[in-house]
Amino acid sequence: MAANPRASRTTGPRRVASGPPAPGGETRGRRGSALRVRAGRLREPRTLAVAVSAWLLAALFLAPYLEMVVTALRPAGELRDRGYLPDRLEWSNLVDVWRESTLADNLQVSLVVAGGATVLVLLVSLPAAYYTARVRYRGRKLFLLLVLVTQMFQPTALLVGLYREFHQLEMLNSVWTLVLCNAAFNLAFAVWILTAYIASIPAELEEAAMVDGTGRLGAMARVTLPLALPGVVTAVIFTFITSWNEFVMGLTLSTEPAKQPLTVGINNFIGNYTVQWNYLFAASVVAIVPVIILFAFIERHVVSGLTAGSVK
Amino acid sequence: MASERPVSTRAPSQPDDRRDGPGRPGRRVPGGRPGGRPGRIRRGGGPGRLGPLPWIGPAVLLILVVVVWPIVELVRTSFLEISVAGFIRGSAGTEKYRKLFDEPQFGQVLVWTVVWTVVVVGVTVVLSLGLAQLFNQRFPGRRVTRWALIAPWAASVLMTAIGFRWMLDQTAGVLNTLMVDLGLIDAPRDWLGSPGTAWPWMMFVAVFVSLPFTTYTLLAGLQTIPADLYEAARIDGAGARQVYRRVTLPLLRPALLVSLVINLINVFNSFPIIWAMTQGGPGSETATTTVFMFQLKSTDIAESAAMSVINFAMVVVLVLVFLRVSRWNRES
Repeated sequence: MAANPRASRTTGPRRVASGPPAPGGETRGRRGSALRVRAGRLREPRTLAVAVSAWLLAALFLAPYLEMVVTALRPAGELRDRGYLPDRLEWSNLVDVWRESTLADNLQVSLVVAGGATVLVLLVSLPAAYYTARVRYRGRKLFLLLVLVTQMFQPTALLVGLYREFHQLEMLNSVWTLVLCNAAFNLAFAVWILTAYIASIPAELEEAAMVDGTGRLGAMARVTLPLALPGVVTAVIFTFITSWNEFVMGLTLSTEPAKQPLTVGINNFIGNYTVQWNYLFAASVVAIVPVIILFAFIERHVVSGLTAGSVK
Repeated sequence: MASERPVSTRAPSQPDDRRDGPGRPGRRVPGGRPGGRPGRIRRGGGPGRLGPLPWIGPAVLLILVVVVWPIVELVRTSFLEISVAGFIRGSAGTEKYRKLFDEPQFGQVLVWTVVWTVVVVGVTVVLSLGLAQLFNQRFPGRRVTRWALIAPWAASVLMTAIGFRWMLDQTAGVLNTLMVDLGLIDAPRDWLGSPGTAWPWMMFVAVFVSLPFTTYTLLAGLQTIPADLYEAARIDGAGARQVYRRVTLPLLRPALLVSLVINLINVFNSFPIIWAMTQGGPGSETATTTVFMFQLKSTDIAESAAMSVINFAMVVVLVLVFLRVSRWNRES
């Protein structure tokens, strides 16, 4: 069946894995020892070639973002300069941009939307994931299928419907609408990854805690939740980043400039007669850099969450 | 346990039951889950007492309001006559669909949507196969270089697209400067000004932002292939290319298929790249169906809804393919 959280078992915490060992981790280790002989020896021409091309590619992937940083720090007078690097760096751009436009409002909207969506996703997905992982209830498969299908639908496909719905509810231009929508489209990822994590934690651990006199909720809070923490952290960071980066819904469901998220605010910059690219990228850098760093923490778990229910 | 409690006649998984469940669980009769079939509850006690509703209800409600309702609204709108201000003027029958099909750009938009999706996904998957192979090797700095690969994935697609728009700027774009310095072009060009050059650049950006996820999925797939298999193949005298064709590729199939379908859905829906770089212009010459839908939204929202319904139908087909592939992956 498509909707089986065990399929994404690889995501489970290995230290408490009750079933067969997670395939990814296990084979990775074996593979590692088999290849250890030629690990990390730059003197060998093959490794050198691999390392050089990998480093070059890495630089290539970072280059556009470095150019954005450089542009963000260019003095206004040097924007139209054809030189690769400006003569001096204007650090005040990073501060001034927030005074020159509605971007400060947009930043606030983005923070509320991403933060609110993250909290809502956790509140809604934790109980659902806990129950789904622990109990074989009627409609369980249906629920998991619904979640899986939701993950496949993107806001873009439903945009006009979303607009019409919230137009009729008179909820356009509201941060809460954006919170609700972002939460809904990130729910699937959170439910999948949390179900997989909780399922990999033996229920006996909870039962032991309950024998020791803790209630069911206490056992959940003191035993299950801490063990599922990597999953919770992944869900939190992923939801925050996706909502932070979201653009289409912000563009459609908010029409007043001050009530749009930062992505839309930055895009509006281009609509202006003269684009102040240095300010535009100063805002972008503030929006992008923290997110890339956060993402690096959860990188390992994201793939299994996104492809959940589909790969063995 | 549940079997001792009064058996409820209400089936918890029926849609009309969901509405009152999550909001006020206190009103529900205890023992809401049918207790007639022992063994259903794997581990008894607490979570089963009120049935699944208090636990999964809020999640289902959220999906109903934000995903299911808009789908209904979308289809309904496409059959209505709606004023620019948003007031319903009555039914339009299938007129909006006819109007959409009669748009002079419609055929061209459809063709470009297919070309866009196929080219971007195809190039992405082929390049990712190479990248995954490369980053699966062991070399000094593998961790750091893999992190660098994340950047386009974590950063907002919109901002990456805006970044490229700036780098392609005719007077100040660094890519123009670079290409002139390298002798690739004689003079800076307005790459995004004409469809002939705008399409390839937008496809480049789309591939650029799709590569990380695809590569990571394939990397995860590569890591599930046991090393013994490679050794066995090598002992049997297989060359590197043969090992790749006979061992790696077949075992990579599940990861490959999944990344393929997920990319198809993402790229088909990818709106921000085109919107940030050309807004679909000039006219609708660089628009895919999602961009065209957005362009129509400002003139006739019902026609835009008709476009969305067609879009949505295509996404549904892709999702069905995904579910099929998932099942196929698990069974084989």
